[in-house]
Amino acid sequence: MQGPITPIIQRIRSALIYAGGAAKLLFEAISCGIRPPYQLGAIVREIELIGIQSLTVVNVIALFTGMVLALQTAYALSRFGAKGFIGVVVAISLVREIGPVFAGIMVGGRVGSGIAAEIGSMKVTEQIDAIRVMGANPVKKLVVPKLIATVISLPLLTIVADILGIIGGLLISVMELQVNSYYYFTTILENISLQDVASGVGKTFFFGLIIAIIGCYQGMTTTGGTVGVGRSTTTAVVVISILILVSDFFLTKLFLML
Amino acid sequence: MKRSIIEIKDLHKSFNSFQVLQGVDLDIKRGETITILGGSGTGKSVLLKLIAGLEKPDEGEIRIDNRNIVPLKEDDLVPIRRKIGMLFQGAALFDSLSTGENVAYPIREHFRVTEGEIQRIVREKLRMVGLEGIEEKMPAELSGGMKKRVGLARAIAIDPEIILYDEPTTGLDPANTQRINQLIVELQRILKVTSIVVTHDLDSAYQVTDQLALLYQGRIAMTGTKEEFEASAIQEVRDFIAKKIVE
Repeated sequence: MQGPITPIIQRIRSALIYAGGAAKLLFEAISCGIRPPYQLGAIVREIELIGIQSLTVVNVIALFTGMVLALQTAYALSRFGAKGFIGVVVAISLVREIGPVFAGIMVGGRVGSGIAAEIGSMKVTEQIDAIRVMGANPVKKLVVPKLIATVISLPLLTIVADILGIIGGLLISVMELQVNSYYYFTTILENISLQDVASGVGKTFFFGLIIAIIGCYQGMTTTGGTVGVGRSTTTAVVVISILILVSDFFLTKLFLML
Repeated sequence: MKRSIIEIKDLHKSFNSFQVLQGVDLDIKRGETITILGGSGTGKSVLLKLIAGLEKPDEGEIRIDNRNIVPLKEDDLVPIRRKIGMLFQGAALFDSLSTGENVAYPIREHFRVTEGEIQRIVREKLRMVGLEGIEEKMPAELSGGMKKRVGLARAIAIDPEIILYDEPTTGLDPANTQRINQLIVELQRILKVTSIVVTHDLDSAYQVTDQLALLYQGRIAMTGTKEEFEASAIQEVRDFIAKKIVE
């Protein structure tokens, strides 16, 4: 007989199987990745697809996030007569938290879904089986270049996003809030430390790992034809977004302890 | 007497709780073309994937050239797969690679040869399937029949000893079906390989093969020649020939 607790146990069991499968794929990818040949051409192609082609969307979002952040911060700070500190508040928020998380979620949505769809389509059309029959390893051929490219691209995208967000904040500060641009930058440079930047960018290595592995794992485990590909794509985006936000908390705690 | 190249003993395979294969025994001789017949969902393609090492059985043995491949790990299967070419049901061409690169793929994986030599082999294999000069075309630009023929060129690119055909004529029009059947016979004549064809199409099976095997309810119900099949008293064989088994 099925008790009320059974669905919960099944959910936990599925989540553990999922986590185990993804961890196994990550381990296999690392083990394949450290052995030659290194497929530099494929990695460069993936960096172009994952990193460079994500620049526009990440930049636009970073710019407008910086602008909104400046408006909201000014609204709050003006109550205490501290509007002049807008630059440092915007910069620290962006560099430590908003830049990495927004870039992670945006790249997760764009790239994670793309990876899941690409590998999922290959799975349901037996292309993955074809790779194996021809003596190649699909993890080495497909997963490793995407993993390396995402882990390289996301931190770089985040740095660009941080800079653009700060510029967005500057635009609003100067044009709307009459804050001097020199003062804006001076407060940032005086108050922001290398550790602020490192803790933000450091998180994105883990976010990149999450995006690539979940996208690839969803793709590799796709079943059920084109409907299955759609399902995998959606699940990949949901899982990536949740994992980025949850891991962000723990990573923030970790970096604060260091 | 010809030596066996593939020996399958008491093979069982299930997916979740559904038992697909329930003790398959099959002996395939070197240079022979055998067609495995059966209705939809009887496990013909599963059997082919087990032979290629793409799936692991629950029980049983698959010996290729007297070596049991069941316990082998993925890396250890590579030398075995060097002997195997496979034509997939939907051709399984890589969408991101050109036709020529698709055919070159197994050559690059298995051999260290010059680019000129790879291109020569690609041209030769495409010519064998009647598609010379389409190296630059992308799979999306090809018709269903052409994709199957490119898939066949890719399957024979490394001169395998065994060719596995998974439903080679499914989804093709009569003209393309005929063309693929002729190609299977012709390649068999030229390359002298061992071929295993999986199909539910009895007419195609009669055209391409000298040995037939009927898979029914997870077991091989009968193996024999076309004539032996026609004269068989086994009810399942008679039903299949009368096109009664659809499962």
